[in-house]
Amino acid sequence: MSVPDRTTSPFEPSADLPPPPMMRGTWGWMRENLFSSLPSAFLTVGCLFLLAWFLPGLIRYLFIDAIWSAADGEPCRAPGAGACWAYVNAKLTFFTYGAYPRDQLWRVNTVMASGGILAVWLLWPAAKGKGLAALLFFAVFPIVAFGLLTGRTPFPSLLLPSPGSNIEWWAFRAAIGVAAVALPLLALQRFWLGGVLLFLVAWFMAAAHWRLLGLTRIDTDLWGGIFVSLLVASVGIVFSLPCGILLALGRRSRLPIIRFLSIVLIEIVRGVPLITVLFMANTMLPLFVPDAWSPDRLLRPLIGVALFSSVYMAEVVRGGLEAVPRGQYEAAMAVGLNWRRMMMLVALPQALTAVIPGIVNSFIALFKDTTLVAIVGIFDFLRAVDTQRLDPAWAGPSISATGYIFAAAFYFVFCFAMSRYSQMMERRHAAGRKR
Amino acid sequence: MASTDDLPGPRTSILNNPLWRGLFWQGLTLALLVWLALQAFDNAVVNMRARNIPTDFSFWNRPAGFDVNQTLIPFSASTSTYGQAFFVGLLNTLLVAAIGIVFSTIIGFTVGIGRLSNNWIVARLATVYVEVVRNTPLLLQLLFWYNAVLKALPGPRESLALPGSIYLNNRGLVLPEPVVGAGFEWALGAVALALLLAILFAIWARVEQRRTGARHHALPVAIGLLLVLGGGAWLASGNPLSFQQPVLRGFNFAGGIKVIPELVALIAGLSLYTASFIAEVVRAGVSAVPGGQTEAAQALGLRRGDILRLVVVPQALRIIIPPLTNQYLNLLKNSSLAVFIGYPDLIQIFAGTVLNQTGAAVQVVSITMAVYLAISLVTSLAMNLYARRIALHER
Repeated sequence: MSVPDRTTSPFEPSADLPPPPMMRGTWGWMRENLFSSLPSAFLTVGCLFLLAWFLPGLIRYLFIDAIWSAADGEPCRAPGAGACWAYVNAKLTFFTYGAYPRDQLWRVNTVMASGGILAVWLLWPAAKGKGLAALLFFAVFPIVAFGLLTGRTPFPSLLLPSPGSNIEWWAFRAAIGVAAVALPLLALQRFWLGGVLLFLVAWFMAAAHWRLLGLTRIDTDLWGGIFVSLLVASVGIVFSLPCGILLALGRRSRLPIIRFLSIVLIEIVRGVPLITVLFMANTMLPLFVPDAWSPDRLLRPLIGVALFSSVYMAEVVRGGLEAVPRGQYEAAMAVGLNWRRMMMLVALPQALTAVIPGIVNSFIALFKDTTLVAIVGIFDFLRAVDTQRLDPAWAGPSISATGYIFAAAFYFVFCFAMSRYSQMMERRHAAGRKR
Repeated sequence: MASTDDLPGPRTSILNNPLWRGLFWQGLTLALLVWLALQAFDNAVVNMRARNIPTDFSFWNRPAGFDVNQTLIPFSASTSTYGQAFFVGLLNTLLVAAIGIVFSTIIGFTVGIGRLSNNWIVARLATVYVEVVRNTPLLLQLLFWYNAVLKALPGPRESLALPGSIYLNNRGLVLPEPVVGAGFEWALGAVALALLLAILFAIWARVEQRRTGARHHALPVAIGLLLVLGGGAWLASGNPLSFQQPVLRGFNFAGGIKVIPELVALIAGLSLYTASFIAEVVRAGVSAVPGGQTEAAQALGLRRGDILRLVVVPQALRIIIPPLTNQYLNLLKNSSLAVFIGYPDLIQIFAGTVLNQTGAAVQVVSITMAVYLAISLVTSLAMNLYARRIALHER
């Protein structure tokens, strides 16, 4: 190996020059991003003044002058005192559970914890066994939650032998019979039918033994706080997705009556405020059903919220269905899929993936809208905060603001987390399409 | 050889015939719905009789017997009817919506453009604003403005004095009241005439540009017309509009327009909330205009102002306007949250007080929903017509 001959080597570029010093480092960044022109410089200075005027006061109010622990509202009423976090601390149990009996809180905690674990399992992208998680979350969890929270048996009495007869023995025999059919079906790989039958077995056994748990009944007018807010939001979320998909399919159906009915329902509910839907559910719904069936006062707004969020979800899903290229439908028909399979296997998976941001946005809107159930007398989180600020033991100039700031932080954490999650999922799904 | 039309169709079972299947399912749905509706109707009649609830609209003309603390039309507890109460509530709702739309548009466009700014600190502040406001419930913000801000303000004697003789205290906002003098209608007529002429000139200029390509700028002409005609008439009639300043007298202000604190809180909350959504709409619309459009316009030698006015803004507006209308409708629907802070809007007066006093739940809730529905449908219809007009005509 010899040194390359410089005279014959055609061209060798010299090393790049460093960028001009004015464009580098902190100073360069500031020149580019804060003082790029005269108006920009003025804006920067204005914003800095705004921050200087606003931020120190805010920090003092929230942290430095704040009262962190106190037995009652006395220290918070002192002049110059900031946010009264001691008040939030003292009221935290009420904010979380409302008036739910204090010795029964474990029931709420169990439901919230298991719901949280199942939700994380469903939402964690890398988690395994999503099918099982979905089954638990959408079929088993609501039944157990209903039973635990109300203390009533979650199983309608119609399907049970009359109490007084030998109920366990009856259920046991029925269960053996059903299981005798279900197990061969499972063995023959008829998973759907076998699964449903096994579910029935579990239902019977649980129903027969439910009263052995000895849970006291707790009426819904004692429920309140964060727990009710989360409950309303979960009911809305769990119902809005399937109902919204059905309505969207109905709106795109080629059957004129179904399409017309779907359009009418969607446009009417979308055209009115949620408050009027809640009023309707609260005052009109009990008139439309026989007196004996009059829905529980918590169930009425739940129906209203589920209806309201379903139609918004329907519009989101419809956007996704319209974004699926026509060729996909034609290809599905060409390979001989029927309508149900075409939708389940071809159209909906693509449509729902495409509108994940829209779906999460309507979940966020739904979560914020749960605050409105207060209008029909439900003690949700915000209402709990709003009533407790009048407690004479704590009343003071900073109590209202403290309560609202705490509530704002709570809602912000949930909504912000949801929007970040949707952005992450969007990126994951877009990864395959990026070039 | 027979054409395909003459061939007998495939012999299929009636169970698999799509036409029959469609008819079957639709018939089933319809029958179910009709049965449900009949059941609901029967139950409603029975239940309403049992609870002594009126089943007709005769309450409409009965005296209301309650007072309202903000009325745009004359209303008094002793002489006015429930029907008049309905219109009071409706007008109050429309008032909030109109003011809210103006403020939210101004704030929303400012913040939306701020988010696109090259200036790091402006973009960051705008982002923080949008994220914080969008991710907290509107009801919480309304309660915050009403209970934690306005109720915490000092009384009238220690009012916060804002520039322009505007005072803010825990009893609301006090504004200078415009007083109309003689000749005001003449001045107003002159301004209207100037506007009309300016619009006619703009149309002529447009036709002329289509025909010949020569540009006649309409804006300077409009400003000139307004200044000469409007300003001339204004001065000639001796400045017919004056403002009466509010004066602190005793424990409250005398003179001026007093805005109740509920309205102030509602406008503040609704405008700031809707503005954060409008900001996102604006940002999405402006960033959806491809960068190549600006570059092409620069390559043609257009100036910066012309690039914005002729290339970027028309394309951005085409994207912005439909979701913007949606936000306006949302603002109108969200104004129903007024009931939580006691502002006398349609919901609070009609679906609240009137419903409680008369018990006519079905009628009152139906009327309330019909009002919102009608406004929404008319706006959507107008929007669709407009969207069709400005849509790209692709070949």
